Amino acid sequence: MSSILAQRRQKLLAMKALRSGPHVPVYAQEDCPGCGQPVERRALSGHRFVCPLCGYHHPVGAYYRLSLVLDKGTFRELDANLVSGDPLNFPGYQAKLEGARRRIGTGEGVVTALGRIGGVKAAVGALDSRFFMGSMSAALGEKVTRLIELAGKSRLPLILFSASGGARMQEGILSLMQMAKTAAALEQFSRRGGLYISVLTHPTTGGVTASFASLGDIMLAEPGALIGFAGPRVIEQTIGEKLPEGFQSAEYLLEHGFLDAIVPRQELRPALIRLLALHGYGKGGESHG
Amino acid sequence: MANRDLTPAQRVALARNPDRPGTAEFIQNLFTDFFEQRGDRLCADDGSICGGIARFHGRPVTVLGHRKGRTLEEHVAFHFGMPAPEGYRKAQRLLTQAEKFRRPVITFIDTPGAYPGLEAEARGQGEAIARSLALMSSLTVPVVCVVTGEGGSGGALALGVGNRVLMLENAVYSVLSPEGFASILWKDASRAEEACGVMKLTAADLLELGIIDGVVPEPEGGAHLAPQVLYRELDAALTRELDALAKLSPPALAAGRYKKFRKMGEHALRKERP
Ligand SMILES: [Zn+2]
Repeated sequence: MSSILAQRRQKLLAMKALRSGPHVPVYAQEDCPGCGQPVERRALSGHRFVCPLCGYHHPVGAYYRLSLVLDKGTFRELDANLVSGDPLNFPGYQAKLEGARRRIGTGEGVVTALGRIGGVKAAVGALDSRFFMGSMSAALGEKVTRLIELAGKSRLPLILFSASGGARMQEGILSLMQMAKTAAALEQFSRRGGLYISVLTHPTTGGVTASFASLGDIMLAEPGALIGFAGPRVIEQTIGEKLPEGFQSAEYLLEHGFLDAIVPRQELRPALIRLLALHGYGKGGESHG
Repeated sequence: MANRDLTPAQRVALARNPDRPGTAEFIQNLFTDFFEQRGDRLCADDGSICGGIARFHGRPVTVLGHRKGRTLEEHVAFHFGMPAPEGYRKAQRLLTQAEKFRRPVITFIDTPGAYPGLEAEARGQGEAIARSLALMSSLTVPVVCVVTGEGGSGGALALGVGNRVLMLENAVYSVLSPEGFASILWKDASRAEEACGVMKLTAADLLELGIIDGVVPEPEGGAHLAPQVLYRELDAALTRELDALAKLSPPALAAGRYKKFRKMGEHALRKERP
């Protein structure tokens, strides 16, 4: 690859990450949701938006998320212009979509791309919880499915970062059907021997949890992430009592057998490189000891 | 009122009518020699999904579906047809055996949704549903699904990845209950009736959207008024679908099902300049 092209790609991703930004502007003048202490934005951005005082992992945008794990200059976005139509002619939806696209700088609630991690080519995707709360739309399901199919065809490892509030209400039943579509694509991918690493970030709930997010060969999560099928409020209403402290946290899921590991953000890239190598990708792939 | 004049909200009420026949009645009236298979072999038996082996016109099949229960005790035990992860894992066990013994699969869908409870989350409700979807999508035997009452959210879809998906005329199928939909979107659960109108949850709407493949007519006024009439219609529809699918090879059955769900939502996409 020409280095000029690589530099351009790196610049583009850095620009998009900056423009779409982490969530943090909201917190910039406020106190950390983790420890309640005032934390400067500059201190946060130097720490990948993990609170330097308490380790709270701030949600971050999709481009920024990918920029943290990909090798510099290797990001190549896929299907950037594939967006949701308005299949049910839902009142007000089109305008809200356009607003979200302008404000957040992504076409949909997921960014998919090809890139390299520690030199290993991989199919990667990250959901963006600011775009309609990362809810499952037909376009989001389609982008994820295309990424899975591309990974299968090209024999690439697949890495998805999930963050979702559940279904895209405005797309009704079409949102629901994306669960079957993505799960079916992953099943095919898996039967052909594909490696899928699923990374759950705060929050991952609803239909995304009940489909592609839960089907990883390797299941990772960020510390403190809320992960579940039903939202905490719905459960409280159903059982009529308050939920115990830490319920549906990444730590709770690890304890109950649904995660392989909780990986802090600063350790994620090395962890991915190691896992890829253990599955035979990259230089460390073949072990002759 | 004639069925064709019913509003979406009236159909929701009919779909939830406690006298409406469900999985237990369908098994009793359309199948013979039913042997119920219980338990997930991991920790429990969830009665909100009922299933086993039976004969359909003499041919062994695997039949399963949601069960709301008829008595107060059953309602409580089955959470009104809202499965726990154990229910979905039992279903996976039955589906895996159907594949092993080459039995066609028939599922009946009737649930407000998966149970949103503490233990259900602790045991991985999301993972259980995801695995069911993945497994069902890859079966190489014929799978026919019928939404018979309420098809609510992922809890319904987990039994709904079929080669053919049918709905009873007054059944409904949606991403969420109309009450949940109104409370999430408008922060007002009392606007449920309005939600019924915009959600496109009736059999006719879903046929038009390409989500389902056919509608089974109900007797005027709803299935509960003349169940025997419904059983005849349902029997004919299942026979028709199973006969058609019997002509396909195992790989063609899996490929056909994949393609069917792969296309879901393709009309909901747009390309635009970034
Ligand atoms: Zn803090």
